[in-house]
Amino acid sequence: MTAPSQAVLRSWLEQMVLIRLAEDKVMEIYMQGLVPGTVHLCQGQEAASVGAIGALSVDDWLLCTYRGHHHALARGMDLEAFFAEIMGRDTGACRGMGGSSYVIDASLGMIGSPAIIGAGIPVATGAGMTARLRGEDRIAMCFFGDGACNIGAFHEALNMAQLWRSQVVFLIENNQYGEYTPFRDSTALPPDAPIAHRASAYGMAHTVVDGQDAIAVHEVVAQARAQAVAGDGPTLIEAQTYRYRGHSRTDPGAYRPPGELDAWKERDPIGILAARIGASGEVDEIRERLQRDVDEAADRAAEGPWPTLDQARNYVFAD
Amino acid sequence: MSSQTESAAPGGAEVVTYREAIRLALDDAMAADETVLLLGEDIAKAGGPFKTTVGLYDKYGADRVFDTPIAENGFCGIALGMALTGLRPVTEIMFSDFLPTAYDAIAMELPRWRFMSGGQTSAPVTVRASGGGGGRFGAQTSSTGESWFLQFYGLKIAVAGSPQGAYGLLRAAIAHNNPVVVFDHKAMHLRKGPLVRGDDRLAEVGKAVVARAGADVTVVASLLMVHRSLEAAEALASEGIDVEVIDISWLRPLDVATVAESAARTGRLVIAEEQYHDGGWGASIISRLATAAAPLATPPVAVSMPEILISHSPPLEDAMIPSAERIAEAVRSVCR
Ligand SMILES: Cc1ncc(C[n+]2csc(CCOP(=O)(O)OP(=O)(O)O)c2C)c(N)n1
Ligand SMILES: [Mg+2]
Repeated sequence: MTAPSQAVLRSWLEQMVLIRLAEDKVMEIYMQGLVPGTVHLCQGQEAASVGAIGALSVDDWLLCTYRGHHHALARGMDLEAFFAEIMGRDTGACRGMGGSSYVIDASLGMIGSPAIIGAGIPVATGAGMTARLRGEDRIAMCFFGDGACNIGAFHEALNMAQLWRSQVVFLIENNQYGEYTPFRDSTALPPDAPIAHRASAYGMAHTVVDGQDAIAVHEVVAQARAQAVAGDGPTLIEAQTYRYRGHSRTDPGAYRPPGELDAWKERDPIGILAARIGASGEVDEIRERLQRDVDEAADRAAEGPWPTLDQARNYVFAD
Repeated sequence: MSSQTESAAPGGAEVVTYREAIRLALDDAMAADETVLLLGEDIAKAGGPFKTTVGLYDKYGADRVFDTPIAENGFCGIALGMALTGLRPVTEIMFSDFLPTAYDAIAMELPRWRFMSGGQTSAPVTVRASGGGGGRFGAQTSSTGESWFLQFYGLKIAVAGSPQGAYGLLRAAIAHNNPVVVFDHKAMHLRKGPLVRGDDRLAEVGKAVVARAGADVTVVASLLMVHRSLEAAEALASEGIDVEVIDISWLRPLDVATVAESAARTGRLVIAEEQYHDGGWGASIISRLATAAAPLATPPVAVSMPEILISHSPPLEDAMIPSAERIAEAVRSVCR
């Protein structure tokens, strides 16, 4: 595995700043009444998506979740299409049919982002099977939360993925909570064992990584990807991370013990990567520049037309 | 499989069992398109619990015929992932009664995936399920399940009423670019009928089939009820009642036009269904005809299951599933 170049690391830093700013912008336009429904924001979790997606090839497929803005932006989704989708406009990435939870761009290999917990895990396993059956140098990268590790789809899919050596990499973004409940209160594990430990029940490779460190995440995902395409089976990766905001827009996060958020912010993923590449002094300049892009894209998106019912009808069935 | 295949039917048709028609449809679809693959429990070396895949593992190999663990939701979700990336998987659900364990994949993911993406993706998955009563299997292995998914718009739904239907509907489903659930009926598996195979024998999506032409009464049926309606029609012919039997074949799209045209001619409508009436396709047909003010001479009648559950006890099961006699009696009642 070759280590990422300085230029690549620099681009990751910019991506993480962009995601942070875009998420803050989503909140802002939400408060302006421009976002229907709710949103699940990911501030604090940027490194897990940027590091993991940095390890993928352009052909790889991605399965994301309703907390998926960071995956879409890390994969390079057009900013205006991103905001327009969240605003329910025809110019959105999913033509206004999806929204915040479902925002994907299939031309970037993003093949789905279901809101049903765990539903993407079998789907990614199936995509990984396509790669294996065709003998392609390609994987399916599957993101999901700690809460998804308790639903049947997780266990059913892990079993088959390992049995059939699907070319898939599973990445748990363990942000410590499923909605308002700490994961240890809903997840039976040996004392102090990580969730990734569950993979051993299936004889599957597994590893735990500091999810605030993009370089560390990249390394384990690159390793897992290589293992999968070699036919040696999937890996269950647990990236330990934290979401700075509440579960969804209306959640103030009052269930968190005092000091917990501040302690995690001490290990902010943007700060960690900037320090690692000696770019701490440049973050403000990057932020200023990208803020303009974000503002302009959101402004343009807000001009987008609404979709019509006739258009919606056409998206149900393929010809 | 030649033991089940006789070649003495008229018009170039062979006479095969209904389950052999299913097997032949899978075989021909796999031969016609190498992206077609099968997933199900005990379907590979063992040939399937209902022998619908005998020989296919040997012919197409382990990369196209998968024995799955008992994990319906998981393997239907896996099929979706395969379909999104260019394959055409067919999943076998051993008994329709096991479909609810896969409700998320079949009802919530398959039909909505393309829509949520704004048409960026498509999901050509076929889900096959064998259902229906008559086998004395009891409460959790006797449902047809045929109408359970009607409210999950985005799925197409087919019901096989004959060997030709079993073949043509399955081939059409596999070739179709949208998810389709194809139901067959266990009590039909060993029943024989004419079959014409071939890549030009795919059923037309959304088209009902007139199984018997008649002038006096329209009976609309699915699955085993097609057979029982035909039996009833033969008995009624001797009483001077000429029954038209429509094998509805697709529950979505529902071929209201064919039913409406027939009912307008006969003026009388009977639904024969192995399910509860409320919330089913039979109720939909009556509703569609009523709202279109179809000119019926007498109110329509539905022959359905009584609102009790199915037991393995023979007299109880027999009382649940509409018989040819019950269908005939309903036909007589609309003729009075
Ligand atoms: C099957 C199902 N049950 C419940 C929900 C409601 N729900 C949405 S998000 C969520 C918490 C999921 O937690 P986790 O997997 O840790 O992801 P996170 O939100 O922390 O990213 C729940 C319960 C759902 N979407 N799907
Ligand atoms: Mg969580």
